[in-house]
Amino acid sequence: MDLTLKVWRQENRKAKGRFESYSLKNISPDSSFLEMLDVLNEQLIMQNNEPVAFDHDCREGICGMCSLFINGRAHGPDESITTCQLHMRKFSDGDTIVIEPWRAGGFPVIKDLIVDRSAFDQILQAGGFISVNTGSARDGNGILIPKEKSDESMDAAACIGCGACVATCKNSSAMLFMASKVSHLALLPQGRPEAVRRAKAMVAKMDELGFGSCTNTGACEVECPKGISIAHIARLNREFLVANLKP
Amino acid sequence: MKLNAKIPSGPLSEKWSKYKSSQNLVNPANKRKFDIIVVGTGLAGASAAASLGELGFKVKNFCYQDSPRRAHSIAAQGGINAAKNYQNDGDSVYRLFYDTIKGGDYRAREANVYRLAEVSNQIIDQCVGQGVPFARDYGGYLDNRSFGGALVSRTFYARGQTGQQLLLGAYGALNRQIAAGNVTMYTRTEMMDIVLVDGIARGIVTRNLETGELESHFGHAVVLATGGYGNVFFLSTNAMGSNASAIWKAYKKGACFANPAFVQIHPTCIPVHGASQSKLTLMSESLRNDGRIWVPKEKEDAEKIRAGKLKPTDLPDEKRDYYLERRYPAFGNLVPRDVASRAAKERCDAGYGVGSGQAVYLDFKDSISRLGKAKIEERYGNLFQMYEKIVDENPYETPMMIYPAIHYTMGGLWVDYELMTTIPGLFAIGEANFSDHGANRLGASALMQGLADGYFVLPFTIQNYLASQLSVPRMDPAKQPEFAAAVEGTKEWNEKLMGIKGSRSVDSIHKELGLAMWDHVGMGRNKPGLEEGITKIKKVKELFWNDVKIPGNADTMNIELEKANRVADFLELGELLAKDALHREESCGGHFREEHAMSDGEAKRDDDNFKYVGAWEYKGPGKEPELNKEALDYEFIQVKTRNYKE
Ligand SMILES: Cc1cc2nc3c(=O)[nH]c(=O)nc-3n(C[C@H](O)[C@H](O)[C@H](O)COP(=O)(O)OP(=O)(O)OC[C@H]3O[C@@H](n4cnc5c(N)ncnc54)[C@H](O)[C@@H]3O)c2cc1C
Ligand code: SF4
Ligand code: FES
Repeated sequence: MDLTLKVWRQENRKAKGRFESYSLKNISPDSSFLEMLDVLNEQLIMQNNEPVAFDHDCREGICGMCSLFINGRAHGPDESITTCQLHMRKFSDGDTIVIEPWRAGGFPVIKDLIVDRSAFDQILQAGGFISVNTGSARDGNGILIPKEKSDESMDAAACIGCGACVATCKNSSAMLFMASKVSHLALLPQGRPEAVRRAKAMVAKMDELGFGSCTNTGACEVECPKGISIAHIARLNREFLVANLKP
Repeated sequence: MKLNAKIPSGPLSEKWSKYKSSQNLVNPANKRKFDIIVVGTGLAGASAAASLGELGFKVKNFCYQDSPRRAHSIAAQGGINAAKNYQNDGDSVYRLFYDTIKGGDYRAREANVYRLAEVSNQIIDQCVGQGVPFARDYGGYLDNRSFGGALVSRTFYARGQTGQQLLLGAYGALNRQIAAGNVTMYTRTEMMDIVLVDGIARGIVTRNLETGELESHFGHAVVLATGGYGNVFFLSTNAMGSNASAIWKAYKKGACFANPAFVQIHPTCIPVHGASQSKLTLMSESLRNDGRIWVPKEKEDAEKIRAGKLKPTDLPDEKRDYYLERRYPAFGNLVPRDVASRAAKERCDAGYGVGSGQAVYLDFKDSISRLGKAKIEERYGNLFQMYEKIVDENPYETPMMIYPAIHYTMGGLWVDYELMTTIPGLFAIGEANFSDHGANRLGASALMQGLADGYFVLPFTIQNYLASQLSVPRMDPAKQPEFAAAVEGTKEWNEKLMGIKGSRSVDSIHKELGLAMWDHVGMGRNKPGLEEGITKIKKVKELFWNDVKIPGNADTMNIELEKANRVADFLELGELLAKDALHREESCGGHFREEHAMSDGEAKRDDDNFKYVGAWEYKGPGKEPELNKEALDYEFIQVKTRNYKE
């Protein structure tokens, strides 16, 4: 298939970006979206141009490194997948595809389509863990966890930290990302002792880093490649914030 | 060089506890005086950095991704082994040890493997403590599944995302130490060289991938946890950025590289689809619990299927060849990976392949009718979804197509019992070292090894070394000529790459290297093929250094320069890998020399001549590397021919 790409190019953090148009021919519908960008880059290199910088690593939907706003949607037009899992068969011959980086105050652009998501690490450093030293844990079966609870915890733990939720939210809120971690740990007995402290510390950090607040638009849930539910945000509010912020 | 593995004396089951009770430790007040560099944030690196931080050491931790959580370990699907015997099916530390040695085709060190099995149970406890949501049964107890090469159910899992959950556990522990100020994290930072002062590892040179800046970092000890080198084959299941550069730079500074030819080819990957393909996707081995592998019995049927004239679902059972069940009745579809991979290649080479001809079926028909679709979905839902997104076929309705692909590297830096390389002060852990898997790794054992090394072994053994370094003050890299020289060397290396200004992209050359490796140094190896492979690799190397084209500059973010640096090292490593394969005139585990096969096609090991670890020593540019041998003495188990038939 033949395509026209409109790609965001930006030299570095300080530079002013712009869209550039490129045309591509003979792309296989069985190629992945990132393989299509590989072909573009090969073409650019051969024309003595700098290739488009984009983040990626595992290329199988689990590392959370890939991003991209494609035709106005985080991770592109397909449901429940990351950009690296998107295949060209979802597009048609002759299409124009607009490719942009995540746009959010908390995620400054570093170059072209690459953004700085280190704020996510900082939110988790504020408390997204269980405080247990190596070697001090008891037997794994010493803690019984009902299957339903452990399954629900796993649902929340599936978050890959990609940032699509932030990029999609009109307030650039990181609530879905954060709430998934709060739920993952709070649903497990091991995570209960620190649950309140953890939630408060992470929320405070999120505010400090300039992410917006959540107004329950639900857009994040729709674009989350891992199907993280906004029910986790409700739990966070109900269990930790409202209850514990009351004097 | 004389290799000394420093294996403690005494009975196998007492070596580790004896070592721990008699080694030198560093007292708490002194721990703060030591800087430790850990390169890598996968299971091995993150667990080590976190544990060392907890103990009070000052740790600097590095990764090339934008966050430590994205290390390649995140992609592991199937599970992690431990000898808990929760299923009461006769498992024990000894059995896990035995299976691992046997699975590795008797090319691993007994003492290391026993220790691995010994600490495996603690790993599970640790991970549960961190909040890893392992699968549970209705009673609330931990669930297990089976993996290849074992007759017991000892694999713990978190859906099809075990690596992700274990890594998030280790990443949590790491975050806690970062917050506490014990670990300083450097992301988007690539290690470019090791710095030796008087022959001892004292630091590294890094490149900031965002700014291109070169920096020096001092450490009383340096730990490499940089993963495997499967991408030397270009197409593999590894992440795009997985590379050998850190361990290769160490090799060139004097660390021996052990068994580079021991590479694992995983039997269940999605087959190659076209020329622009950038990587291969693994379908977890756990699928072999419930999926049955087959090709048509008749060649005509295979031809019809390839031509699209016959659907696999229309072929009745009696016309299917479940060749693993036929050849290996005892283990069936759960034979080790090397055996399953070769069997698939054998069928496809003989003309029975499906798809493009380089594929076999993995069929869930029987298990869906036995257990119901819901159960299969619960077990493998995300894998089935992944398959459908890539291939555009629904595996609940039509069998999956799979083919072997490069997946894991058993070889790596040679380390002794303390996980120290042949450079004093330089340690290697996780997939980056060679230590525990011999010539073939069993499924679910890499996660176990990475976490064993990082949580429970290195944090102890490194102290035995550091205890001798108390008099060494923190060094200021700015005042140390060795650091300046290493930075200068890296600068020159980058300039040399940038200066070639040829006409070929890095990827296009990497693909050529990969093809030469796969064709000649892949699944079926023989002398003339390997020799031809070496000639081809040398030619590709020449092409690279004369004709590679890297746009942009070295002092900004430059993704092509990053790739070029890695491919330059792969080109050298590829040659050593082929050399090692050529010298090893036997078949063992993942290393299959066609000249050395039994009459029934099974691998023929040569214990009289090759029961050793081959550790290659760099001798300088253009010089032949020297082979050092560490003899493998099996004191405790009887060395046998591997048999998965009965
Ligand atoms: C698709 C897939 C599925 C798998 N499934 C399983 C499974 O189910 N069970 C199992 O036991 N094993 C499995 N494995 C194998 C297992 O995942 C790996 O062997 C293991 O995770 C390696 O961990 P590691 O910590 O050694 O290295 P990695 O996780 O590869 O981490 C390497 C780290 O080093 C850093 N790094 C590398 N080079 C540099 C450099 N030059 N400078 C700075 N930093 C650098 C990276 O940033 C990264 O942080 C699987 C592997 C794959 C590919
Ligand atoms: S919640 Fe979903 S969209 Fe947000 S970071 Fe996690 S996986 Fe990405
Ligand atoms: S590249 Fe890893 S999730 Fe897309």
